[in-house]
Amino acid sequence: MAARYDRAITVFSPDGHLFQVEYAQEAVKKGSTAVGIRGKDIVVLGVEKKSVAKLQEERTVRKICDLDEHVCMAFAGLTADARIVINRARVECQSHRLTVEDPVTVEYITRYIATLKQRYTQSNGRRPFGISALIVGFDSDGTPRLYQTDPSGTYHAWKANAIGRSAKTVREFLEKNYTEGAIVSDNDTMKLALKALLEVVQSGGKNIELAVMRRNQPLKILESKEIETLVEEIEKEKEEEAEKKKQKKSS
Amino acid sequence: MALQNICGLKSHSGQGVFGTMTSQHPSRIDHFTFGSKCQEFALPVGADPVGFLKACSGENGVSIDLNHGTTTLAFKFRHGVIVAVDSRASAGDYIASKYANKVIEINPYLLGTMSGSAADCQYWERLLAKECRLYKLRNKERISVSSASKLLCNMMLGYRGMGLSVGSMICGWDKQGPGLYYVDDNGTRLSGRMFSTGCGNGYAYGVVDSGYREDMTVEEAYELGLRGITHATHRDAYSGGVVNMYHMQEEGWIKVCQEDVSELIHRYKKGMF
Repeated sequence: MAARYDRAITVFSPDGHLFQVEYAQEAVKKGSTAVGIRGKDIVVLGVEKKSVAKLQEERTVRKICDLDEHVCMAFAGLTADARIVINRARVECQSHRLTVEDPVTVEYITRYIATLKQRYTQSNGRRPFGISALIVGFDSDGTPRLYQTDPSGTYHAWKANAIGRSAKTVREFLEKNYTEGAIVSDNDTMKLALKALLEVVQSGGKNIELAVMRRNQPLKILESKEIETLVEEIEKEKEEEAEKKKQKKSS
Repeated sequence: MALQNICGLKSHSGQGVFGTMTSQHPSRIDHFTFGSKCQEFALPVGADPVGFLKACSGENGVSIDLNHGTTTLAFKFRHGVIVAVDSRASAGDYIASKYANKVIEINPYLLGTMSGSAADCQYWERLLAKECRLYKLRNKERISVSSASKLLCNMMLGYRGMGLSVGSMICGWDKQGPGLYYVDDNGTRLSGRMFSTGCGNGYAYGVVDSGYREDMTVEEAYELGLRGITHATHRDAYSGGVVNMYHMQEEGWIKVCQEDVSELIHRYKKGMF
């Protein structure tokens, strides 16, 4: 049944599916995990770094990119498709500044990207973009925002979300552990993002890239040393938790 | 296409029968950003308004001067912004209307004044009002004064040199507080504390500049606005009628009054008549 309805994406299947869009979502599920968390004064993006070949330079492929001084995004899925979307979004951010004298709001640029993606689900001869994006940033009134888009062109606001390979596991972890207390400070928010990724990334902190954006400050990608420090803190906290539990049990 | 080559036309993609890109394919995503990217009016092939107007001004004999026949003024003070305009619409020596409305109420927090060609001002500022409404629907918040004035300015720049005559002040109250911008047909866009436009502006500047104090009370500011317009209408032939005055406050604008200048001038110049 499906085989007849996935050629041209402008065709609905009898039970109302757009199969190309759903196949694009499968492509996203094959991409490496990305997580985004909205804190009080900070927004954090974390991605799973793919291990590079021996001769490959490490930093040529970045999965976290800034769209403007106050907005950035991470994606999961086809890197080449993401490059096109990011380019269009960057141009739109500057175009908005030129025509309207104001920086874009995070919602505006998310809506732009979502509309761009939707256009590709409704034209002949084109396939949808195979990426989901997590767009974070601060509006000019200082409110932090996190949005997620998917290949169908829908977008939603989130407090914390994950996309890509093990998104479900990470999201469940976040649902359990995202509380007001967990994001009390910038450091805590960063550690929460790291903890969420460590659930699904093998070989720990070496394969994680973390980026933060604070109000009125540009995107900052953490160096591996800083990530290691945070990982050590997390380990220490885990040990302390384990100790406390032991003591409770014994008493 | 041979005819196109002879005429020296460059063919761009998206060009219709007429010269400019007028067709807006509804599924283009640009349409949801800002309409000023595409020209509003089609120009016939071969039309060159810029060249024509250049030939008409100055030493070549025929001189077409586009006057901004009006007086409008606006100034910021401690308690907001005062906007005062006259109401005479003139066509050369003929007074076409004594009670023209030269202020467009875009929304409860935005006003636009008009001076120059009545048709141009009315059309472009109504178009601006449409864009402001669309902005509010799409972005769920009111447009800022800065953005609104920038949109009007972009519209003017699209037709620069082609004979538009618009001298407008965009006045409002947004998140950054009271805003006042002057926008004209050259594409000038200036933010400031006080502007006056139209051919009576010199007289208005004189009166308001000498009477202005930052710490004026609201009543004093109303008086100053009325005086500015009244004295300008007294001396300038192309201004007259009534003074329409608005006060832009944090909660929105209010229309203060509509007073006949002939009564006002007698009040201010007791003993002269």
